[in-house]
Amino acid sequence: MNSGEQDARKTMSSQAPLTLPKRHYLNADYGVRSWLLTTDHKRIAVLYLVSVTAMFFLGGAYAVIIRLNLLEPTGSLVTAETYNKLFTAHGVLMVFFFMIPAIPAVLGNFLLPLMLGARDLAFPRINLLSWYVYVVGAAFTMYAVVAGGLDTGWTFYTPYSTAFSNTNVIAAGVGIFITGFSSILTGLNFIVTIHTMRAPGLTWFRLPLFVWAHYATSLIQILGTPVVAITILLVAMERAFHFGFFDPARGGDPILFQHLFWFYSHPAVYIMILPAMGVISELVTCFSRKKVFGYGFIAISSLAIAGLSFMVWAHHMFVTGLSVYAAMIFSALSFLVAIPSAIKVFNWVATLYRGSISWQTPMLYAFGFIGLFTIGGLTGLFLATLGLDVHVTDTYFIVAHFHYIMVGGTIMGYLGGLHYWWPKITGRLYPEWWARVSAVVVFIGFNLTFFPQFILGYLGMPRRYHVYPPEFQVLNVMSSAGASILGVGYLIPMVYLAWSMRYGKVAPSNPFQSTGLEWRTTSPPPTENFAETPIIDEEVYDYASPPKEARSV
Amino acid sequence: MPTGFPLFPEQASTLASEVDGLYLYLVAVTFVFSVGIAAVLVYFAIRYRRRSESYRPEEIHGSLLLEVVWSVIPLGLCVVMFVWGAQVFFHMNRPPDDAMTVTVVGKRWMWKVQHPTGQREINELHVPVGKPVKIMLTSEDVIHSFFIPAFRMKKDAIPGRYNVVWFEPTKAGTYHLFCAEYCGTEHSKMIGRVVVLEPDAYQMWLAGGPVPVSPAAAGERLFTERNCATCHRADSGARGPVLGGIFGKRIALQNGETVMADEAYIRESILSPAARIVAGYQPIMPPYQGQLTEEQLLQLIAYIQSLSPPPAGTAPASPTPSPGAAQ
Amino acid sequence: MSEAHGGPLAHHFHDLDQQREAASLGMWIFIAQEILFFGGLFGVYTIYRNLYYEAFAAGSHHLSWKLGCYNTLVLIGSSFTMAMAVYSAAVGRKRAIVGYILATILLGAVFLGVKYVEYHEKIAPCFGDGPHTGCLVPGARFDAGALQLDGARAREAQIYFSLYFAMTGLHALHMIIGVPILLWVAKNAAAGLYTPAWHTPVELVGLYWHFVDIVWIFLFPLLYLIGHH
Repeated sequence: MNSGEQDARKTMSSQAPLTLPKRHYLNADYGVRSWLLTTDHKRIAVLYLVSVTAMFFLGGAYAVIIRLNLLEPTGSLVTAETYNKLFTAHGVLMVFFFMIPAIPAVLGNFLLPLMLGARDLAFPRINLLSWYVYVVGAAFTMYAVVAGGLDTGWTFYTPYSTAFSNTNVIAAGVGIFITGFSSILTGLNFIVTIHTMRAPGLTWFRLPLFVWAHYATSLIQILGTPVVAITILLVAMERAFHFGFFDPARGGDPILFQHLFWFYSHPAVYIMILPAMGVISELVTCFSRKKVFGYGFIAISSLAIAGLSFMVWAHHMFVTGLSVYAAMIFSALSFLVAIPSAIKVFNWVATLYRGSISWQTPMLYAFGFIGLFTIGGLTGLFLATLGLDVHVTDTYFIVAHFHYIMVGGTIMGYLGGLHYWWPKITGRLYPEWWARVSAVVVFIGFNLTFFPQFILGYLGMPRRYHVYPPEFQVLNVMSSAGASILGVGYLIPMVYLAWSMRYGKVAPSNPFQSTGLEWRTTSPPPTENFAETPIIDEEVYDYASPPKEARSV
Repeated sequence: MPTGFPLFPEQASTLASEVDGLYLYLVAVTFVFSVGIAAVLVYFAIRYRRRSESYRPEEIHGSLLLEVVWSVIPLGLCVVMFVWGAQVFFHMNRPPDDAMTVTVVGKRWMWKVQHPTGQREINELHVPVGKPVKIMLTSEDVIHSFFIPAFRMKKDAIPGRYNVVWFEPTKAGTYHLFCAEYCGTEHSKMIGRVVVLEPDAYQMWLAGGPVPVSPAAAGERLFTERNCATCHRADSGARGPVLGGIFGKRIALQNGETVMADEAYIRESILSPAARIVAGYQPIMPPYQGQLTEEQLLQLIAYIQSLSPPPAGTAPASPTPSPGAAQ
Repeated sequence: MSEAHGGPLAHHFHDLDQQREAASLGMWIFIAQEILFFGGLFGVYTIYRNLYYEAFAAGSHHLSWKLGCYNTLVLIGSSFTMAMAVYSAAVGRKRAIVGYILATILLGAVFLGVKYVEYHEKIAPCFGDGPHTGCLVPGARFDAGALQLDGARAREAQIYFSLYFAMTGLHALHMIIGVPILLWVAKNAAAGLYTPAWHTPVELVGLYWHFVDIVWIFLFPLLYLIGHH
């Protein structure tokens, strides 16, 4: 056992002060060029971290104004035009610029080569390119959003978006089109890396579940994103050149747009949740100090979710006038895709049984995820149920459902992962007390914000409404109050995480005594990740054996 | 001020209680599973909280039995949801034969309603208790969605297409009507009321106001004004197919296929006559694309429908036109 | 076991085999993604062709199947020269690689030149004042009379031409993007970077070019040969 492990075993106050490793990826080179022209996956992950965080707070700012406006049934805070641009901006920024890239591009980029015992991803320069593509796409989209705005909703339904909206549809469409390639390139890189760059002895069933989750996500990214790319291109062409694909006045079919759009956008929501599930698997196993229960089932369920996700898209279209038989098929498949997710939840809870459970911050986020994702997932069943979806679709019930999964699920997974791997990424520990407080604040704020929306939806309040009948006010006020608490819960980590980068306690290589290759190198790791390529001769999550040493450079 | 805290809209249609029943089943399943999982989670988190840094829990790989059990049971519960939900959905999509047809045209940002007896309304719909109503729904511009929470009913109004939805009100009262598909600036103001009246009150409402012209009568007038009667006549020199008696029948087309002469086919034949020509006729009818509003199209369809006897056991689609009308 | 880094072997790979495997898999995944991209368009085409067969046939008859056929042969020829370039790389004939790649680019340019002619004849009439006879760009100036169509059929034919421009335009764009990539590979070949042991970039570019060719093989009958017997 080396000094790193011994330190972690003592209480914090009695250990000799640790120092950062002499050489690591952050101090390997200095200057703006060394960052903007880096091909080191860890630096690219940090570049993404900065970008997605900025987009998250921008998208969140729009949400704040929306909730403020909804305090009053007369919606007197902003005009109707402005409101429509606000919810569109919130959706577009959050979906395309935060939810889809965050965990893969930040945590996936940083960790995948480390978890595989590799020096980098398969295509480091394409990795950097994917970040630049993201930035250019973000610039286009932000231009569209800021210079005049966009008011079609993130869903761009035709013929409103092609023939009626007076806003920057083409610019926004081009921005989203470009950003899609960032997603495709990331997915491509991950799949090739996982297939061809695993360390000797690292068989598929010895891979961490984080890797399985990202593999499944990458499959969806490369097969689904091109379809929305061509769809958005067709919308832009229709608007610019008066083609008539989706305009009934010109012989087109607006429902065709919806089929093409949802063919991607449904799998897209699994791009958003699968990586978070991968994080949760890692957290639950580490903080129970126990091998995850049902590893094989969790691994395969990720692939099942990816596959089934492509077969359910029309459950977004049950009230468009689809044939009843087609609707039944999509309903049945939608129930089927829920089962693998349920399997994961049960396996995570079973992992806790007779474990040694720590309540450190990452685990608090994992607990929150399991509870909130369960509710969010179960409310999805309401929507798969044909007779019920008719009533609740296009209402706040849907808004509540997807926020439970995306915020209660993905964002909690992201924050949990960010805290867990923060010492590895920065070499510093975050302040545990503040972190626990903000996890609790987030949990409380989140539920107060979104639970009332289930009730609002069933009562009949439609979504995307700038004003509403007065009898819905009490629930709206509750939701807005919750949103203010949730906002505080997100701001606190911004402050202490930034603070910790300079003033936080120096972290040992393996602060949580976790198995996994990323913990066998220094915190932060050197640019080449490992001094020598590790050779794997044990099973994954082998907590029963004594901890392996960290090899320092 | 309503007392209590409503969790449900009023149940004002025959379907509402079916939908609410389904909802309660799902709420119950959700409650049991979320509370159950949360309780087990909290129990394990406390019971097995780390007490010593040196304790190594025993390794448990998994249990095939458990995996099967907790896959099969949720699947079984889902099968119930699926079957029950599909049943209700079927019911929602099969309007009764004796339903009264009301046409609704969505347009930014209002709902234009026309009754078979001719009354027109904007953003309001008056209907009697206890009689099924079939809504023939379309849009003049973008996609809207016709949503009455109290009836648990919703259907998209799509330009270029007719959607059908139905309900049977069970309780007199005034209920919200919302547009539920984002349609631009005043989407949240595209709302109205559905007023369900007791039968006597409904008769009084029908009788009040100016003498209405039924859609079929208005359609008959259009039929003459727009020169449809020039070709669609019963005599031997007629260059267009006879329209009496064809509604609801299968028609043989020029290309050998057959088509059902329903509202959608008639609308297409007016706007794009060359699309599907009746067997034995020349493609000489000029297209009326851009010359008729959606309401005028619905009136013409109502007129043509009135020229066919209604299927046995159903109410007439609209009052029969005055004698002397073109066949 | 591990070749010296520097030269063709990148620092993060153990050996050329791993690098080759990764590069190939990456290219195939890229192609899969491209298939889905074009697939969306083909899906739209399938639906509208099914709905509007006669208008599509009229539009298709208006295209020059001879030019389309000629272009198909040109593109197949360019795939042949590309394949020869890959073969030359495999046997280490440096000058042949460059020559065959340049021939590929030349044939590609011929293809694009013919495309320009076809586009020009449909687009040029749309400009200026006057009756715009022969304008086949969908929109206000579309000349349905050139196809002897009116009314609904004219609108349906506009959808056909929208798809014609979208599909052939996207395909041409892929070819145009391919040209600088081919030039870059030719430059590297001239500098002697490719050996029988390592010529994967030539193979991968070849894969891309064959894919672009195959897309055309589908486009040609679907756009040019509707209703021809």
